[in-house]
Amino acid sequence: MKILVLISNVPDTTTKIRFTGDNKAFDATGVQWIINPWDELALTRAMELKEAGGVEKITVANVGAKITEPTLRKALAVGADDAIRIDAEPVDAYFVAAQLAQVAKDYDLILAGIEASDYNGAGVGGMLAEMMGINSVSAVSGVDIENGELKIHRDIDGGSQVLSVPVPLVAIVQKGIAIDPRIPAMRGIMMARKKPLNVVPPVDAEARTEFLSYELPAPKAACKLVDEDNAKELIRLLHEEAKVL
Amino acid sequence: MSVLVYTENWSGKFKKLSYEIVSFATAIAKEMGSSVTALSIGHVADDELKSLGKYGANKVLNVQDDRFESLDNKALADAVAKAAESESSKVIIFAHNNEGKAIAPRVSVKLDAGLVSGVTGLPVSVDPFVVRKKVFTGKAFVNIQIKTDVKVITFAQNSYEVVENPTDAAIEVFDPQIGDDEFNTIIKDTHKITGKVLLTDAEVVVSGGRGMKGPENWGGLEELGELLGAGMACSRPVSDEGWRSHEEHVGQTGKIIAPNLYMAFGISGAIQHLGGVNSSKFIVAINKDPEAPIFEVSDYGIVGDAFKVIPQLIEAVKEMKTNN
Ligand SMILES: Cc1cc2nc3c(=O)[nH]c(=O)nc-3n(C[C@H](O)[C@H](O)[C@H](O)COP(=O)(O)OP(=O)(O)OC[C@H]3O[C@@H](n4cnc5c(N)ncnc54)[C@H](O)[C@@H]3O)c2cc1C
Ligand SMILES: Nc1ncnc2c1ncn2[C@@H]1O[C@H](COP(=O)(O)O)[C@@H](O)[C@H]1O
Repeated sequence: MKILVLISNVPDTTTKIRFTGDNKAFDATGVQWIINPWDELALTRAMELKEAGGVEKITVANVGAKITEPTLRKALAVGADDAIRIDAEPVDAYFVAAQLAQVAKDYDLILAGIEASDYNGAGVGGMLAEMMGINSVSAVSGVDIENGELKIHRDIDGGSQVLSVPVPLVAIVQKGIAIDPRIPAMRGIMMARKKPLNVVPPVDAEARTEFLSYELPAPKAACKLVDEDNAKELIRLLHEEAKVL
Repeated sequence: MSVLVYTENWSGKFKKLSYEIVSFATAIAKEMGSSVTALSIGHVADDELKSLGKYGANKVLNVQDDRFESLDNKALADAVAKAAESESSKVIIFAHNNEGKAIAPRVSVKLDAGLVSGVTGLPVSVDPFVVRKKVFTGKAFVNIQIKTDVKVITFAQNSYEVVENPTDAAIEVFDPQIGDDEFNTIIKDTHKITGKVLLTDAEVVVSGGRGMKGPENWGGLEELGELLGAGMACSRPVSDEGWRSHEEHVGQTGKIIAPNLYMAFGISGAIQHLGGVNSSKFIVAINKDPEAPIFEVSDYGIVGDAFKVIPQLIEAVKEMKTNN
């Protein structure tokens, strides 16, 4: 089985968010870039499956400009065999999926994250599957390979399910797919330098959405405090003032 | 022309969020001068289907086909796209939850539509079609224009008041005619916790953290939760320790919820925890430590010992109930 892990390059989750030029663009000065946390867990699970046997190759792919290469190198250091960078600004989910559709054909299992932590688009995985005419499973919390076949765990309302779905498949992963992300070891970092990182030109595709302007949320009003010995007052406030009880 | 709503039910009853999106769709339809069609897939009785009319649905398409129980993403997307085509829908609305996130992107590709997920309120304008959503996991908002003729959005729960708009909804059986070969998701096993309030759909959520000290101390929270018809949640260390089931873990790596009221007992309010709850309409914190970050995002709070506070709250809720 060949696995493709989609990698989104996002600002570190602790980044202070700022905007430039009339709030039209994200200010990337001084930002630390990381592998999107869900993609990092997807890659970790792919590595575990490879170590258990039954996976021939793991490729990571990103749609992005040259600045994403350190992130791809990190994915190689974690253990991916090779990387593909499609050389274009990822303008929207449709555009990104259209690019990935070009390189995803050669794989049996494609792993995407449920959302990228920057624009929270929650779109690329499903769009890619539809463009390729193959099935997808979302809310995936586990992937196993048994006798060459996929066993997928997914979350549903109030519970979970085990599924059997044939390849090729896009699995859109979330909580549970792996416990802790793998940190690259020194040896991995050395080896990553020699692994192939192929740069591919983009295909024509038009974005369908446009980001117009950003805004920071209004500061929250101060918390109204109730005395510990008069806790009943809290219920009155929730009932009469907030009207949520 | 219509606005199409993908509704969801939980054992034959519409989820609260389905009424919320129908209300939301009704407001958009009014601005665009179009009607509202709701799509229901599953076994929902006629009078329950009719109830969508109360919130403004003009028509309900009723799909009763057991094959969809496998939630096959490809087949479901095909069914929704066919409904949208037969209704000439210009806007298709899903909830921003597991099901909506699974299907909406596929539907957008089928209908050559632009997609915005996690929309947090009525469109800023309908022509051009501009919507608002949170980005950077809630640290900012953005206005996005959808430039295609047909638009697909997923709607962030609790971003719009449920408004009554009584309409006599016409109920029509709809057969999207999906071939057996389109379905290839086979369910091997289902593990469902039933009989409890569904956490992701609950209006009130009672949540406990490490400050609760141990699983034996959850009795009071459960009693309070039961009295309030609340869903139960917990912080990550609580489920990691096995004090509570993983089903209850909320936060960046757990479930993302947006109830009307989130009550946090003995939870410090780490950024990763807040990522899963900060869209709640009201947040209440009970914590011993006045410096706990949870108070920065809370609307109401008690600086104090949860074990002293919980019995008082239980008593107050009981009194409130007898007085109403
Ligand atoms: C990558 C990553 C992802 C994470 N994802 C999540 C996530 O999804 N969800 C999540 O919850 N966490 C997550 N965490 C963990 C998070 O950082 C915090 O460690 C966790 O939320 C703390 O849980 P807590 O508030 O229950 O415990 P603590 O931080 O230990 O807080 C306990 C609180 O209880 C108070 N307290 C103690 N006794 C009492 C009493 N008698 N009465 C009242 N108050 C009392 C204390 O003052 C304290 O504020 C994640 C961490 C990382 C690194
Ligand atoms: N520019 C990109 N390059 C490669 N994969 C991406 C890119 N953007 C998003 N993805 C994948 O799609 C998932 C969902 O992203 P999004 O739809 O942007 O929220 C991510 O977790 C990645 O797996």
